[in-house]
Amino acid sequence: MQLSDTAAEADFRRRLREWLGKTLPELPAAPDPADWPGRRAYDTAWQRRLFDAGYAGVHWPADAGGRGATPSEHLIFLEETELAGAPYVGANFVGLLHAGPTIATEGTPEQRARLLPPILRGDEIWCQGFSEPGAGSDLAALRTRAVRDGDEYVVTGSKIWTSHAEVADWCELLVRTDPDAPKHRGITWLAMPMDAPGVTVRPLATLAGTTEFAELFLDEVRVPVANRLGDENDGWRVTMVTLSFERGTAFASEVVACRREVRELARVARANGAWDDLELRRETATLAAEFAALWRLVQWNVSEAAARGVPGAGGSVFKLRFSEARQHLYDLAARVVGTEALLDGRWTAQRLQGLSYTIAAGTSQIQRNIVAQRILGLPKGR
Amino acid sequence: MHFRLTDDQEQLRRALRELLADREASWAELTEVGLFSLRVPEDAGGLGLGLPEAVVAFEEAGRAVLPGPLVGTELAAAVLGLTGRAEVVRVPARGPVLVPDLPTLEHVLLLHADDALAVLPAAGLDATPVPAVDPDRPLWRLEGVLPLGEQSPQAHRVADEATLLTAALQAGLAARTVAEAVAYARTREQFGQPIGAFQAVQHLCADMLARAELARVAVYAAAVDGDEAEIVGAKLLADDAAVHGARDCLQVHGGMGFTWEARVHRLLKRAWAWEQAGADRGRCLDVLAGRL
Repeated sequence: MQLSDTAAEADFRRRLREWLGKTLPELPAAPDPADWPGRRAYDTAWQRRLFDAGYAGVHWPADAGGRGATPSEHLIFLEETELAGAPYVGANFVGLLHAGPTIATEGTPEQRARLLPPILRGDEIWCQGFSEPGAGSDLAALRTRAVRDGDEYVVTGSKIWTSHAEVADWCELLVRTDPDAPKHRGITWLAMPMDAPGVTVRPLATLAGTTEFAELFLDEVRVPVANRLGDENDGWRVTMVTLSFERGTAFASEVVACRREVRELARVARANGAWDDLELRRETATLAAEFAALWRLVQWNVSEAAARGVPGAGGSVFKLRFSEARQHLYDLAARVVGTEALLDGRWTAQRLQGLSYTIAAGTSQIQRNIVAQRILGLPKGR
Repeated sequence: MHFRLTDDQEQLRRALRELLADREASWAELTEVGLFSLRVPEDAGGLGLGLPEAVVAFEEAGRAVLPGPLVGTELAAAVLGLTGRAEVVRVPARGPVLVPDLPTLEHVLLLHADDALAVLPAAGLDATPVPAVDPDRPLWRLEGVLPLGEQSPQAHRVADEATLLTAALQAGLAARTVAEAVAYARTREQFGQPIGAFQAVQHLCADMLARAELARVAVYAAAVDGDEAEIVGAKLLADDAAVHGARDCLQVHGGMGFTWEARVHRLLKRAWAWEQAGADRGRCLDVLAGRL
């Protein structure tokens, strides 16, 4: 068991730190969160800087245009960029972390050549059209239909929770191509241009009052068959291959951020007198221990993934604990700041945003089902 | 970074798990396999290994719910160069000073709140047997004025490492509670199917595993890193995983869990005992808060 950097890792970390130290002061001010075109411009400009410095797609294989870094190096990248206060992946999220890796694994040479370089350069933004009003946790129940018409699919239906839809160029879309097959077997993956006729984007306001995601309405949208990844009706498998890209690094930067926030909260509590409360002090200490251990769990999962070449089962365990600890952190923050928690401030925004953590990317209940059935081997109920 | 068990550590774990499966190993056997001499230098007859190996071994001891003065005997040999059975006893914030397994001990390592350590010959102590809740961990109450101790780097090591090794025992015990609960939930049937097919039971077990896994990794990291804050953080998580895990294990066993013969109570009683060994909850939290 080794927690320290190897010589190569230390070198990677040092160069990255140097580059961040030089580059971050040159960045323009971050845009207003409600200014979507501004956010897109800011996020893609950051991606372009990463690309020019050789840090675009750190974890992508070299033959897909990435850096081909080891999982440990990828973790160092996430840790150092967060510590340095670098911009978050933002609007590049789906392209870099989901659609891109899927195309890199399942795409034809033509598809890879057309779609991957613009993601790495920050030229094109992707969004994800997976969930539907009637298909949330039970994603495979999706009903958006695609009917073949010559060398095109005609797609009709609706999608929901689509982040960055307002500014996306492409949508990785799951559609039903065989309504008669068992639900996992009749699904197809399509790359849909967002400017195609029949695509309507309706922003959805979150409970925080922000528009972080949107609904997509698709009315006889024509998507070329050439935009299909993998075989028709093989979309479920195609989508799941991205999981093999999951190297235990999901939410790694967020853990780093939470550890900083716990220390920050202790400073606030010391300054406003909340720290005199033994119970509050100890609760903050509990969270410090929790996030420290979650960071170790990230390092453990990354090491396991690196050694085995496949992600370990630790991801669900991590997600379960992390999302709940994070909500606990912002509830605690509300107690620290007192009545200020009723005002529209920084900790309040975090607290509201935090309510999504036990829902998004697999609810905590689904995570528990996964842990119980896939790790512990408990039987599926009738 | 390569934060996973090495092949040698994996082998050590397997060997101990095999030895401890299905039966209680004798003290002589535990000594023979090197549980107490893991970290003693090779030229002094030990295995010359480190803290990471010790926590891997103690995790297995915890999983087997081994009785006896495990932590003190290891620390007496590894830190103080003392042979024979020993136990670390921390002067508690409240309640009597209790020494487990006293008649079998040669040394009592008495730790005061400020980590001052007194190494006492067990034979000369004024102590009274008291009824203990854990049937496998008999207790004696120390009488009279407690001997003063001395602060030293060694005393600090005993304090920190006693907490860490106890955390390793708890992490192993926590994993055991998961295994017992899952085994029962798979076989016990109600409403025409195993109770483990019900999500209410599944989610209980999933949370047990999540706590046990996080604690295990925290214990490993603390053994590699050696920082006091990591050690007490690992102890907090491991105590919670063991105590909460044993409670949930009992709940999964239903009425049987409340019986003497089902033996689930032994997991809980041991978790309670180890929770108070090494640094307890209040101490762990205060160390962590002090670092913030």
